[in-house]
Amino acid sequence: MLKQMEGSHAVAEAIALCRPEVICAYPITPQTHIVERLSELVQEGEIGNCQYINVESEFAALSVAIGASAAGARAYTATSSQGLLFMTEAVYNAAGLGLPIVMTIGNRAIGAPINIWNDHSDSMAMRDAGWIQLYAETNQDAIDLHIQAFRLAEQLSVPVMVCEDGFILTHAYERVDMPDRNQVQAYLPPFEPVQILDPEDPVTIGAMVGPEAFAEVRYLSHHKHLQAVEVIPELAAEFAKIFGRDSGGLIQPYRSEDAETVVVALGSVVGTIRDVVDELREDGVSIGAVKVISFRPFPMLALRGALANAKRVIVVEKAFADGLGGIAVGSVRMALRGLTTPIYTIIAGLGGRPITKAALLDAFGAAVRDEIDDPLFLDLNWNVIDTELARAKEKRRSGPIAENVLRDLGLVGGKPV
Amino acid sequence: MIGRPAHSRSGADIFQVRIHGRGGQGVVTAAEILSVAAFLEGDHAQAFPSFGSERMGAPVIAFCRLDDKEIRLREPVMSPDALIVQDPTLLHQVDLFSGLDTRGYLLINTTRRYRDLGLGDYVTKFPPHHICTVAASEWAVEFIGKPLPNAAMLGAFAAITRRVKLDSVQEAIRQKFPGELGDKNAAAAGKAYNTIRTN
Repeated sequence: MLKQMEGSHAVAEAIALCRPEVICAYPITPQTHIVERLSELVQEGEIGNCQYINVESEFAALSVAIGASAAGARAYTATSSQGLLFMTEAVYNAAGLGLPIVMTIGNRAIGAPINIWNDHSDSMAMRDAGWIQLYAETNQDAIDLHIQAFRLAEQLSVPVMVCEDGFILTHAYERVDMPDRNQVQAYLPPFEPVQILDPEDPVTIGAMVGPEAFAEVRYLSHHKHLQAVEVIPELAAEFAKIFGRDSGGLIQPYRSEDAETVVVALGSVVGTIRDVVDELREDGVSIGAVKVISFRPFPMLALRGALANAKRVIVVEKAFADGLGGIAVGSVRMALRGLTTPIYTIIAGLGGRPITKAALLDAFGAAVRDEIDDPLFLDLNWNVIDTELARAKEKRRSGPIAENVLRDLGLVGGKPV
Repeated sequence: MIGRPAHSRSGADIFQVRIHGRGGQGVVTAAEILSVAAFLEGDHAQAFPSFGSERMGAPVIAFCRLDDKEIRLREPVMSPDALIVQDPTLLHQVDLFSGLDTRGYLLINTTRRYRDLGLGDYVTKFPPHHICTVAASEWAVEFIGKPLPNAAMLGAFAAITRRVKLDSVQEAIRQKFPGELGDKNAAAAGKAYNTIRTN
């Protein structure tokens, strides 16, 4: 059914259709509207047999989800930013124990400096915690990926994060096609756990594993991700049959088949990139894009295939590693190992800075001429940086950087240090 | 489809709206309702706020894009086809009119005249039927009992841009606010629409 609704509420309705049995929630912007709406849906009896548990922290939220999943319940939670970091230990635990929890990340920057806006620093910090990570471009994607996430998680007994850009998607009203209950029921069978805490047939979950077996248990977790590379496209194909639309999969190419330059990106910025690709194509530039949907497992072969004929690759990312540069670009390089294709990184949209079509047109244009800085920090205000660097050079007690920068920009008052 | 603007700077048929107001005036809700109104007419619409800490009285900006095809662009609206100013005390804020082409539309919630607002010269650059002042707060007080101008501003938007029908705006308002509150807001929108159409 076509609806015009807020992204968060669309995700909440999609989760409800997936019939979770336990939802544990702790509010954090910009994810809050999802769990708020779910609390209403549980109370209205829309989800049937579902416990909604208000917990005291994000660490508790995921810990309760772990307990619920181990007891055989379909468990869901959602978080963002510092909330995800606060539950880090439990994030690794859920994956290490192989519990098929689904968690939404309303992507948001991590402080300091304090910032509530969107980028991918949070989920990228958890990229190697053993969870599958799927990134949504649109709110339709977010709905569809959540439905597929439960199927994938439960089939392989591995937790899945569905990452959607905070505010840009969570707070955007747009058209979505909300599946109906029968479709979701047909696609997503009841949860049949591979391990369960059952008093009738007792087991322990969470054994201590020493050097004699730790590597093997960890490898088996890696093996699930390797299986996921096969399963994710199968689940997308099955999804298309039941729901009548292409959604999910490992990657999604856009006008990239014959393109000399191919842009790789994750999440909502892919939409803007599609518009930029169309404009450049009209000007005769041979350019296309590939959306990476599954970042973990990373689609090595699929991406290598999609980029094999490119003369250059540009990776646009909303997070970076200090002292290194891009994060996703490392995985892209791995997929292209042995090839000499130049790969440029554009770091953009940090802390909610808008990624504009104009800025991307300039940057892609420079990349096509092989004249782009690498990595390029898109729209960086070098005056501000130079001023602060000069101040730091001039005197030892130059003061806190964030406050200095805000003062230089006239965003806060007060006397200079 | 009605009233496509002859000009377009941002794509074939996309129509971009930027709404300025203050926290508590329903700025974000206005963008949302406009998107629902367009959706009811079978259009694609994308509404989103300029994200920030939410405080009563603080300047707030919301955006809405309307198109007959899927909207993929995720940047803020920098070159609006229509600018809606819900609070005239924002008029001399830096960048309020940023990106507004003089072929676009300008709607201001005020009972004062353009020249009293210091806009006498500025508005002469626009086609006369592309600009309007709307006594939206007054009508809101009359119909709703509170100076919440968003419904009346949307009625005015439908009247001057013809980009959505009044019926759709009113239906979207009633969906957002079921019952009496929706009817009152829809009446305020209707008042603005009819006042502008008959002037």
